[in-house]
Amino acid sequence: MRRIISILMENEPGALSRVVGLFSQRGYNIETLTVAPTEDDTLSRLTMTTTGDDKKIEQITKHLNKLIEVVKLVDLTEGAHIEREIMLMKVKATGAQRAEVKRTVDIFRGQIVDVTSTVYTVQLTGTTDKLEAFINAIGEAQVLEVVRSGVSGISRGEKVLSL
Amino acid sequence: MEMLSGAEMVVRALQDEGVEYIFGYPGGAVLHIYDALFQQDKVNHILVRHEQAATHAADGYARSTGKPGVVLVTSGPGATNAITGIATAFMDSIPMVVLSGQVRSDWIGDDAFQETDMIGLSRPIVKHSFMVRDPNEIPEMVKKAFHIASTGRPGPVLIDIPKDHTAPNNTFPYEYPKKVKMRSYLPVTRGHSGQIRKAVDELLKAKRPVIYSGGGVVQGDASQALTEVAHKLNYPVTNTLMGLGAFPGTDEQFLGMLGMHGTYEANMSMHNADVILAAGARLDDRVTNDAKKFCPGAKIIHIDIDPASISKNVTAHIPIVGPVKQVLEEMLGMIDEHETGPDHKSVERWWQEIAGWRQVHGLRYEVNEQGPMKPQQVVQALYKATKGEAFVTSDVGQHQMFASQYYLYDRPRQWINSGGLGTMGFGLPAAMGVQFAHPDGVVACVTGEGSIQMNIQELSTCLQYGLPIKIININNQALGMVRQWQDMQYGGRHSQSYMESLPDFVKLAESYGHVGMLVNKFEDLQPAMEEAFALKDRLVFMDIYVDPTEHVYPMHIADGTMRDMWLSKTERT
Repeated sequence: MRRIISILMENEPGALSRVVGLFSQRGYNIETLTVAPTEDDTLSRLTMTTTGDDKKIEQITKHLNKLIEVVKLVDLTEGAHIEREIMLMKVKATGAQRAEVKRTVDIFRGQIVDVTSTVYTVQLTGTTDKLEAFINAIGEAQVLEVVRSGVSGISRGEKVLSL
Repeated sequence: MEMLSGAEMVVRALQDEGVEYIFGYPGGAVLHIYDALFQQDKVNHILVRHEQAATHAADGYARSTGKPGVVLVTSGPGATNAITGIATAFMDSIPMVVLSGQVRSDWIGDDAFQETDMIGLSRPIVKHSFMVRDPNEIPEMVKKAFHIASTGRPGPVLIDIPKDHTAPNNTFPYEYPKKVKMRSYLPVTRGHSGQIRKAVDELLKAKRPVIYSGGGVVQGDASQALTEVAHKLNYPVTNTLMGLGAFPGTDEQFLGMLGMHGTYEANMSMHNADVILAAGARLDDRVTNDAKKFCPGAKIIHIDIDPASISKNVTAHIPIVGPVKQVLEEMLGMIDEHETGPDHKSVERWWQEIAGWRQVHGLRYEVNEQGPMKPQQVVQALYKATKGEAFVTSDVGQHQMFASQYYLYDRPRQWINSGGLGTMGFGLPAAMGVQFAHPDGVVACVTGEGSIQMNIQELSTCLQYGLPIKIININNQALGMVRQWQDMQYGGRHSQSYMESLPDFVKLAESYGHVGMLVNKFEDLQPAMEEAFALKDRLVFMDIYVDPTEHVYPMHIADGTMRDMWLSKTERT
């Protein structure tokens, strides 16, 4: 099962490598990973998606919690949550394709953020599923380049991950 | 405030931490620190002959005292040589602080002379690591390193120190912090009382209970509490390889070690148990055999300070995360106040069943009066000569198993071996650390001609410091455990397990200034052993030739249950 694990950790050199190292050491899988400082500049927020059965996820969260730099951790998929990923994509846009791409971008509520005579650069935000649906709709043949941020997430309602 | 250089701060912080001994080897990147060590006399530096031995010696010191062992090595090869010893300590949860030199900070990443990324190399085998980025950080970093190494589930902590941060000309204000607080490191100090109560309820309902205790009971100083619980309930106890001594080896309630080379009665009791109290043990593959077939009828109560150890290999029915000593002490109180005591009748029947199992194998082995000596006889002679009171360190292989089966350990921290990593070459340097910590103690290193040669250079260190260790070299002219597996699983094809060109160990010991003894007849064994231990101020190297064809039994049959065992070369369960 796919899980989104969100971690608050000390914003220190080496902290990220310990998290990543743990996954390779213990044979766990990282599908996406995103990390940046928070409003408190002593802390970084790291979000990762991984897959595994309950037993494996339990081990992953226990081992992450053991890392000295990990301050707090939550498995967002355990409760209601919002997840977003941002994608930038260069798409061939010539001839009849130009209008078709524009229409598809509008349907997915994306934005064209850069234009040349042959290429549109599209920005799209959403869940992983939505981004994949967009790639399919555009058609792989039209896609020149894709860059995705990896999943970010936050729980719904009053619940917050903070100190 | 006092102004000190980075190097002086390192040494002062060790003094303020109460460090008696530091095991190390000098080199370019740590010369400033060695100069600061030279100018004081509170911390004793022990010069080893190879950095791996420094870590094992610090490890032996830590295992025999409970205090963190301290290591100082230089950058590059000094640091990489220490890796095996750090990994050994990590696998067995031994508190250790390793200080490694690093090239000057502005050279890091330039492939400078003797540069290696020690933080990166050691990452998977340390509990935590620090790199000094500013000399002002040193006092707090040292304090944190000792705090992390010795609390919670203990383990090695590394501090990597670039040379420029120890330069003698730059001084900084020094104050050693009394306490450290880390928002991200708060090890549990108490087990959950509700869980402990549930465990006691389950334990008192048991008809076929077993207490299975591991290295955590030794490391967590919980032996007394464990022994009291066991005696109060009259339940049988088995120890893991790491837990030997946690419950007295000569106690009537002791079943012996369990697991791959555990006793028949210990493994049978585990397999047939209805309640197992696993205390400070991690249900690892050398204990469980096939984890999926492990103790099918048992409810498992698992006490461990590390939540990640619980339900990792085998699912615990009642998990208790906490210090094993505190949890067992709370259990004792609850047992006293409980409305019902243990089920004495059922437990009595259980003991009768166990008595039957004790008759089946009883660690018997065949002796051929005309043939060569048996390795088991050597360990029994050692037990007799030392009256069961010696510190015994071991290397890894058959001799390690014989030393765990035939020497009965009555005290925690008496038996010192590399259980998790299985590091050959551990025994002699570990014995050095034990002897430094216990100058009046009797220290024996049980080893083999394979293992001893992995750190034999330390005979020189032993001479320098006058360490009267007794080396019991059980010489079977083969890598015995490898050979045993090749006999059992590879049709007797002894691929590279034969030790050709063995040195004359007696002359070798003598050339290092020690006493060498050769024993190759059984009738000489006990007198030679007595003679060796009578030489109280000398290191004696006993080279004892034994039967190269002997196997360790019982032995689990791979991928089976706890009760599936070979009992000899021809008998199995």
